[in-house]
Amino acid sequence: MSGSPYALPAIVVVTVVTIGIGAYGLRFSRTTSDFLVASRSVSPGWNASAISGEYLSAASFLGVAGLVMKYGADVLWYPVGFAAGYLALLLFVAAPLRRSGAFTLPDFAEARLGSRALRRWSVFFVVVIGWLYLLPQLQGAGLTLRTLTGAPYWVGAVVVGVVVTVNVANGGMRSITFVQAFQYWLKLTAIAVPAFFLLIVWQSGGFADLSGAQAPAFDEQTEVRVDTAVTVVVQEPSTPSVDGSADGAELDGPVRWAAGEHQIEAGTVLVFPEGAAVPHVSGLPALSGQTWAAPLGSGGGNPDHPLFATYSLILATFLGTMGLPHVLVRFYTNPDGRAARRTTLIVLALLGVFYLFPTLYGALGRLYTPQLLITGQTDAVVLLLPGAALGGLLGQLLGALVAAGAFAAFLSTASGLLVSVSGVLSTDVLGRGTVRDFRRAATVAGLVPLVIAAQIDRLDVSQVVGLAFAVAASTFCPLLVLGIWWRRLTDIGALSGVLAGGALSLSAVLVTVFGGALDGWPGVLLAQPAAWTVPVAFAVMVVVSRATASRLPPDIGRTMLILHAPESLGLGRGTPS
Amino acid sequence: MDPLAADGGRPPRRVRVDLAGRAVRRASYSRQELEEQTQVGEVLIRGLVRAQLALALSLAGVVVLLLGSLPIAFALFPALGDVYVLGLRLPWLLLGVLAYPLLYVVGRLHVRQAERIEDDFSKAVGPTQDPITDMSRT
Repeated sequence: MSGSPYALPAIVVVTVVTIGIGAYGLRFSRTTSDFLVASRSVSPGWNASAISGEYLSAASFLGVAGLVMKYGADVLWYPVGFAAGYLALLLFVAAPLRRSGAFTLPDFAEARLGSRALRRWSVFFVVVIGWLYLLPQLQGAGLTLRTLTGAPYWVGAVVVGVVVTVNVANGGMRSITFVQAFQYWLKLTAIAVPAFFLLIVWQSGGFADLSGAQAPAFDEQTEVRVDTAVTVVVQEPSTPSVDGSADGAELDGPVRWAAGEHQIEAGTVLVFPEGAAVPHVSGLPALSGQTWAAPLGSGGGNPDHPLFATYSLILATFLGTMGLPHVLVRFYTNPDGRAARRTTLIVLALLGVFYLFPTLYGALGRLYTPQLLITGQTDAVVLLLPGAALGGLLGQLLGALVAAGAFAAFLSTASGLLVSVSGVLSTDVLGRGTVRDFRRAATVAGLVPLVIAAQIDRLDVSQVVGLAFAVAASTFCPLLVLGIWWRRLTDIGALSGVLAGGALSLSAVLVTVFGGALDGWPGVLLAQPAAWTVPVAFAVMVVVSRATASRLPPDIGRTMLILHAPESLGLGRGTPS
Repeated sequence: MDPLAADGGRPPRRVRVDLAGRAVRRASYSRQELEEQTQVGEVLIRGLVRAQLALALSLAGVVVLLLGSLPIAFALFPALGDVYVLGLRLPWLLLGVLAYPLLYVVGRLHVRQAERIEDDFSKAVGPTQDPITDMSRT
């Protein structure tokens, strides 16, 4: 199964245009200040488009639909949480953060609490979260190119990694703002236009029911090519035609498969007859339409404790957004606190419109591309659905459009992450923040995740992104919220909380990603850690701050004034008396 | 008599030079209090922070109540998952569509109210670029 022949040219066009706009923006980049914060001359409309363009990543463009296809109603909380995170940001952080004048999270930490140690650890977590979030972008690129062209997995990862690194190192943020704004509208078009045609196809089929008693089945004879070796579970006996190697035997012709596990080797081509139930990759339960459509049926992959998993996911996404490094950098490009609020509100609208669509792809994927459940690589559903459902030239053209949108997603999010990771690396680790330092830092910041991503291709795109949210919610969210609203926060309290939340959530991430899957409570506590790591981080921050009350910053009154009073009053901003 | 000696070493009281009407005088007084972090200034800024926090918390509470109660509601009343509204199952309609306008409306309310609170604060503190205000600081 492969994509449209027009997909590759479309990807090339998006990449070239991205580089072109970057080069155009480069002509305006003059000073270090231009370079890093676009001189704060970006209007709210542009800025909001750019923020949304940067935010809608591989996880939003491909991952949400993939999860919906696999797990159904429970994972609708992913896109809701991705959007709601901006509401939390608006309510608690946007305007005060802009008024603090901090460009990065470490800047904020130091300005608010005057602690070098806290600054250093903030740098550490910015880099960790940034890289954790960069990985799935590069992997998404690898998956996309492999799905569409059959190229090896590492090709896409390297292409996106190199393009983004070179672009960021040369263009800085001014050009990135143009690029990102363009990418939002491209992504929206790329997902909305095919969705319109998909709805027509679904309607012409009488809105076929997705929530029946049956698990997905092939509605016509279907050929499936298995790219990587996979173990599948067959629910009911079936007779696919197998060309290749399965269950340790070379085969060429129809095979009678009993219910149970079957091992399929890479490169094998299977042909399933019409009406056959779709085998599911081992570990992915075959959900009936009814279970899939009902809340708390799958727990989003945590079927033992769906309620806990759901609330933990809600907490991670609602509170994690404000702690994502590439999100905060953008706020500095607003001229003042009020503009920061208005920008965030526009972002909420732009994201809300976008997130209406991935769900539709995921749901219709069960009808038109059920074979993705065999390999479990449902992240490809957005890419393959237009071609599968519509067919013909129209299907191929729309397939090329979504491929272009997917590449826009990888390029824009990876650029934003790279800008922020390079920003802190260039000022705190590798130099003192000159343009040359920034370029050097961008190269390092881009190469490290590229090397890691080229090694591992089995991670689930949305799962890794979800874990990045959990780490952000357990470290920077308490630091920002308490730092902005609670005057009794001390440097030691903040540092203890960040370290506690960071160590716990990061351990959970490492066990989940590199360890084996655990069952029962340990499994869900580690796979969805936010429900306990976020409260622990907040509690440690409050308790330790109370215990070290003698270390309160003496000028806290002035700091609160700067954070909360409108800039136009000029309060607390004059030369210190 | 030496004022410093009588005051236990504290600086002499400020003497206001009254150049303008009452409104400006009152306004610039607040501004000065804020800049110097005196008790009046503390009260003003604490009031601002408290008002903004109360606004943010109450709107967050609305969202927690409306969205956060859904998983529990679906767990307690599984039949809700089978209710069709506008051709969609209720959970899909609520989470797939209606959640987004809700978030936007709450955000809009917040922007409007937060700016109102700031405007009130600005009025209490006084005009910005008033030369008389600046003089009173010297």
